[in-house]
Formats: sequence, structure tokens, C-alpha cells
Amino acid sequence: MLLEVKNLHVEVEDKKILNGLTLSVEKGQVAAIMGPNGSGKSTLAYVLAGKDNYKVTEGDVLLDGKSILAMAPDERAAKGLFLAFQYPVEVPGVATMTFLRTALNAQRKTRGEAELSTPEFMKLVRETSKHLGIDQEMLRRAVNVGFSGGEKKRNEILQMAILQPRLAVLDETDSGLDIDALKIVAEGVNRLRSPKRSMIVITHYQRLLNFIVPDVVHVLAKGRVVKSGGKELALELEAKGYAQYADEAA
Amino acid sequence: MPAVQETVEQVRRIDVDQYKYGFVTDIESEKAPKGLSEDTVRFISAKKSEPQWMLDWRLEAYKRWQTMREPTWARVDYPKIDYQNAYYYSAPKKKSLASLDEVDPEILKTYEKLGIPLREQEILAGVVRPEGERRVAVDAVFDSVSVATTFKEELKKAGVIFMPMSEAVREHPELVKKYLGSVVPTSDNFFATLNSAVFSDGSFVYVPPGVRCPMELSTYFRINEANTGQFERTLIIADKGAYVSYLEGCTAPMRDENQLHAAVVELVAHDDAEIKYSTVQNWYPGDADGKGGIFNFVTKRGDCRGARSKISWTQVETGSAITWKYPSCILRGDNSRGEFYSIAISNGRQQVDSGTKMLHLGKNTTSRIISKGIAAGKSNNTYRGLVTAHRKAANARNFTNCDSLLIGDQCGAHTVPYIEAKNASAVFEHEASTSKISEDMLFYCRQRGMSAEEATALVVNGFVKDVLQQLPMEFAVEAQKLISISLEGSVG
Repeated sequence: MLLEVKNLHVEVEDKKILNGLTLSVEKGQVAAIMGPNGSGKSTLAYVLAGKDNYKVTEGDVLLDGKSILAMAPDERAAKGLFLAFQYPVEVPGVATMTFLRTALNAQRKTRGEAELSTPEFMKLVRETSKHLGIDQEMLRRAVNVGFSGGEKKRNEILQMAILQPRLAVLDETDSGLDIDALKIVAEGVNRLRSPKRSMIVITHYQRLLNFIVPDVVHVLAKGRVVKSGGKELALELEAKGYAQYADEAA
Repeated sequence: MPAVQETVEQVRRIDVDQYKYGFVTDIESEKAPKGLSEDTVRFISAKKSEPQWMLDWRLEAYKRWQTMREPTWARVDYPKIDYQNAYYYSAPKKKSLASLDEVDPEILKTYEKLGIPLREQEILAGVVRPEGERRVAVDAVFDSVSVATTFKEELKKAGVIFMPMSEAVREHPELVKKYLGSVVPTSDNFFATLNSAVFSDGSFVYVPPGVRCPMELSTYFRINEANTGQFERTLIIADKGAYVSYLEGCTAPMRDENQLHAAVVELVAHDDAEIKYSTVQNWYPGDADGKGGIFNFVTKRGDCRGARSKISWTQVETGSAITWKYPSCILRGDNSRGEFYSIAISNGRQQVDSGTKMLHLGKNTTSRIISKGIAAGKSNNTYRGLVTAHRKAANARNFTNCDSLLIGDQCGAHTVPYIEAKNASAVFEHEASTSKISEDMLFYCRQRGMSAEEATALVVNGFVKDVLQQLPMEFAVEAQKLISISLEGSVG
């Protein structure tokens, strides 16, 4: 088992968001997490990544059987945890290329690996960005500054492709994308599917799962997993809505 | 722990005591007697074998200084300076070297510790580089006296004069007489007047008409003697159509008592001439309580005397306990241009009051100010600027952009711009912003694998990018490193 979330209780500013969430993700598995607004989907993503102000009051999160709750965000990243942000952050004045390189080399350093040379890095970025329809001009622009919604999401997937995580958490990667942009992003994600890489795909809508077909689907309501099933569960949700789970979670 | 709280804790733990360049080199020095009097001035002048006119100039300044009062308008707070409890001259005993081999190995070692770029160390060590490579000439100011001057021959071929001020006074009295004090008069301000009386040394540069200086000129300043005020005096003249780029960088060793530094830099640009003056300043900022840091009271001014002349100041200020510094441009010549690009970083208990003055006197004069202030720890960082258009300065243009970045919640950033236009055709633009380094931005970087410090350095380097781009390449890389060092321990 790559990731185990055990009976996780989380508070944000004294408000309880996760209520005993339990979830396992196997190596190589693509797990979809669906749920209504306010069910705790993004909170789960942030807690996994180690964001400040998310207080774990009970439970644990294990990566490779070891708790990561005491680890800083960068330590978790070096262990192979990647979060594709729902709202990617702008970093003014820092070229996307510089950002990518700093991130990759920081991770490699933490893992005790040698830094990539400039030619090696350039080659890697050129090859990876080509598939995502990202041109060199975009790589020279400051991170996410003035990027369209589609460009921001493609940039997230580019970072994922460069950093090669073992566990990728995609937080509402479909939000704000038109169908063409969604297809490009989904293709990018699918290209990264591998028996060595697990993914947690967080989404409100079933639409994304037509393009990124999950192995399992978990339904989140009021901070807990209330139902798990195969990919057909997503279709069922699309037809019936989330209302049926409101009572179960209570 | 909530993010803000954690940052606060981290800031509290800042250990500025671990100043990387805080060491003292053991070299015998010759000191002037303690305190300031006419005798001190005479001692300094005699030490430098100065002609009578120079001594008279100093004495007049000293007389004037006695009638002046220390200015108090800046947003800085420091204990009263006892001017009689300081030394005003100190020099390494060994001087007037015939070649670089004679440079005290201790001094070379000092430069090594300071991390002076390898290429410049090679120059100091006398290594010959292949033809065609861009070279840097270092007029090394160690304590008060220049001990090593390089590339003199090549500069001489181009007709460029680059030498210690004390030598220029003897060898080129006509130039020094003509220009010294012509931009910053001896009566200008308390600190400049003090400097005029007791200045120890500095650089003198003269670039003749139509000559493009074949290399970047660079000087390393360093305070080494306890209780010795540093009074550098630099004068750079670019004659008609000439071009010169001058780089100045400095660090100082750790000391218990405050060290007074009052430099004066004068630039003169004649018709169509251009001077680019870049500084990386890293004086000792003091310990965690702000004790023992350098007091840096600097008067830097450029005179765009000729038509179409251009003067550009670029500074990266990271050190000093107190910084009082306003590199300015007098835009006298028609169509002349002044520029000021600044990065001022304060951490710990540092206090920075810095900015610029753009005085538009001629027609169609333009100026540009880009200032980036970064405050961390318990520091205070003030931008103070003045932009004026004289009655006759038709079509004067200025663009000002002042951005401040706060790290943590115990520091302060202040912007004090003064704008005066006496000519209706003047167009002055002013943009200013103050922002806090965002936790979201840091988290985003850290999620990608960067440590808190790497993330901060990256964000800050992005913030100052517009200014870094103005620095010559060899300085830009150094400056980037310096920014990271200066902010170490400022974020959680």
C-alpha cells in the first residue's frame, strides 16, 4: 500500500472539516475522490501536502507505511508527493523555467542525488513541454503570471511530468477548463499513468473521469468516505447527485 | 503552529551574530591620534604627502563642519555618536608596492574569505587570462589606503586614469582641483563636510573624450581597524562622449563598537557621456540586538553636466546597522537622463533610510527610479525620494516605482516620496506598492520541494528582478547570493 489515511480528523480555524476519513491507495492505482462542495476534498489535498493551518487532531497519514504528518511540505515533496493545485499560485518575476529547475534540483538534493546539468535539464523540459502544447515562450514567462486558466493547469501537469512523483494529488484539475483544454490536460495526466505512480483525482464532476478513467471511486461527504466502488460509481453519482449521501454521513 | 506564529518564532530566533564576514585581519596599522581636531586633519594630509591646496581645502571643510549639526530627519534611530572618541585615519604599514607580489598575504587571504570572485582573485594573483575576455580592474582599498592597483597599463593606453585619490591629488592636481567638490560641495551636508575634512582615500577615475573604458572598474572597500571611521572619497569624470562602468562592493568584519562610515562619491558626465555606477553593500549589520553594526552615512551624487549625458546608479544594499544614503542625479544638461535602481534589504534590527533625488534642471530631461525594499526581522526600511522640475526644465519626465515587501510582522516599510514640479510641461509618474510575502506562494514553492529558505530566496529574487537585471553580469550573480544570505533565518 502506498498511501494510507487512517481515521483522519482535521480542523481549520477551529472548524472541523475532516471527520475520521479513512482511505487507501495502492501502488499504481488511480483513485477518484468525488463529493459535493464543502465535503472536505480540497482539505484532504492540503493536509496530504502539509499546508499550514490544517490541524490534525486525530488519525494518521502513512506513505510507504511511515507517518508523514511531522514532515515539512518540501520533505513530503522529496518523498514523491505532488499536489496539482486547484488555483495555481502566481510567482512574479520568477521564470517558469527557473522555478522548475529550482524545484527539481531541490528535490534531487534532498534525496541525495546529483543536480541536473543545464543541457540535461533543458532537454527534459523541451521534450516534456512539447506534449502539453507548452512553447518555450511560456516557459520564459513568470510562473502563472498572466496565464490563462488552461495554461495554469497545463503548467501544473508539466511540473508533475518533470518532478515524476510517486503519488500525485490532482485537486479539481478540471475546474475552469473548456473541453479542449480538458482533453490536453487529461492526455498529459494519462501519459504519466504508470504501475509505479499512484494518483488521487479530486473532482466535483464526473466529466473529467471520462478522460482520466479511475480504478476506484470514493465518495466524500461531510469529511468522510461514505462509499467506494468502481468507475461506474461516478456515473451513478452523475445521474442521482450527492443528496443521497447527506444522511449517511450524518 | 499557525503559519504566522511560526514565522514570528523563526524571526525571533534570527542569529545575526553569525555574520559570515565577521573576522579581523591582523595587520599592523598606523593610526592618527584619537579624536577630531585641526591636528587630525593636518596629520592625515601630511601622511598622504598632500600639497598645500589640498590641506587648505580640508581645513576649510573642517571649520565649516564645526558649525554644522547632525541631521535628524531620517527615519533612523541610533545612539549619539561621539566624534572625539574615534580614529580618523589608519593604514596598513606596508604601502607603495611595486608589484602585486608585495601585497600582504594576509590581505589576499582576506579577499579569499570574502569570496571575491575567482577571476578577480586571479587578477590579484597575477594570472594572465586569454585575450578577448572581459576583464575587471580592481583597485583594492584595504582599510584606508589602496594597496593594489591592477591593469593600470592597459587603462593608461586608453588614456583612462584610474588610481587612488591620494595619488591623483599629487599626479593630476589640475583635474582634482577642477572637479573635487564640484558636485558635492564641502558645505553640502554634515557627513559630506566631515568627509571633506578627513577623507582617507578612494578612487579617482577620468575617462577622456570619446573613450569607452575598456573594462569594468571595481573597488573593494573594507573596514578593518577597530574604531576607525571610513571616509572614502571617490570622483569619476566622464569627458565628452566617454563611457565608464564602475562597480563597488564591500563587506566589513565584526566589531563591538559602532563604526562610522561617511563616504562621498561624485560623478561628472559631460556632453554625451555615460556613467554607470553599481554598488553591492554588505557592511556588518550588527549583532542580534543591532549592536556593533556599521553606521553608513553616504553622499552620492552625479552631475549630468553635459547635454545628452546619462548617469545610472544601481545599488544592492544588504548590510549596515544604519543606512543613510540617497544617490542622486542633477540633470543639468538638456536631454540628459538619470536612473536609480535599488534593492534595499533589512533584517534583524537594521534601519535603512535610502532613496534618490532626481533634480531636473535642463530641457527634455528624463529620469527613472525603480526601488525595491525588503524588510524582515525587526528592521525598518524607508524609501525617501525627491523628484523636482526646475522652472526652465521643459518636458521633464520621471517614472518612479517603489515596491516594498514585508517578511514577518515585526518589520516596517515606509515610502516618503517628494514631488515638486515648477514647470507645467513636466510629467511625473509615481507607482508604489507594499505587500507581504504570501504564505500561499511559499507553500506552492515548498510543495514543489524547495526548503523555506530556498522558497523565500526565489520569491524575493523574483521581486527584485527588474533591478538585478541592471547590474553587470559578474555582480548580478553575487548579488543574488547575497540576497539569500541576508534573508537566512527570516522565514519559517
